[in-house]
Amino acid sequence: MPEGKEGNPAAMNRTGVEREADRELVVTRTFNAPAHIVFEAWSKPELFKRWWVPKSLGMSMLSCDMDVRTGGAYRFVFRHPAFDQPMAFFGTYREVTPHKRLVWTNEESDQGAVTTVTFEENAGKTLVTLHELYPTKAARDEALAGSAEGLPEQFAQLDELLAGRS
Amino acid sequence: MVQYYETRLDASFAALSDATRRGVLEQLSRADASITDLAGKFHMTLTGMKKHVGVLERAALVTTEKAGRVRTCRLGTRALEEEAAWIERHRQLWSARFDALDKIVEHLKCKEKADARRKRR
Repeated sequence: MPEGKEGNPAAMNRTGVEREADRELVVTRTFNAPAHIVFEAWSKPELFKRWWVPKSLGMSMLSCDMDVRTGGAYRFVFRHPAFDQPMAFFGTYREVTPHKRLVWTNEESDQGAVTTVTFEENAGKTLVTLHELYPTKAARDEALAGSAEGLPEQFAQLDELLAGRS
Repeated sequence: MVQYYETRLDASFAALSDATRRGVLEQLSRADASITDLAGKFHMTLTGMKKHVGVLERAALVTTEKAGRVRTCRLGTRALEEEAAWIERHRQLWSARFDALDKIVEHLKCKEKADARRKRR
């Protein structure tokens, strides 16, 4: 699937989003820093919670527990103004190789993806590749519309819907 | 409403998962074509092509109209626009996320440099 129009003119800041095969989603981006720094931002909760849910999404992270080591667990709790109840997302780190590779499961449902993130340093820059593998194609297509990633979009739709009714 | 939207997306992505059907959409984006035309272009039997067009039609990616003995297929433009918009929104989410990460990474890098300078002194 080709990329859409880019808002950001700097080529190195392009975020690539592609649907690969039937059960996969791949997102890539190059960061202007060595791998150990980029990895730090993915593995320390106090840093991670500052970017995983950007303000523009209208969601806030109520708590962010991350035990970043192979076999360790994570649990994120989000709130969105459109919903009374917060939502929890949780899973296990299947592999943690500092500065190189993170693999975690999403265990909110049996349709959750396994997410693999790799960090490849080259000349002081780091290429981050995030790869989500879903158990089925249907889970992938639904997750894109309904998972932690897709929720803000759904919320935006719901917001519109609610605004239209009031 | 949201339910309807999701069901529609499921049908659309299922329809788009096949290379021939993506080819048919590409072909129809250039010009309307009959099932016979499409079967010829994709070296396929009429029955085979009818099945593919049927899947695209159920996903509302294609509309067909029968005039006499010829069934003409054309692109369901609204559906394609919805698809493109969906992918674009998804890309926007990751861009927003990674833009925020960019700032944090930049900050960490500056901090590391400053710490290194302090240590040298």
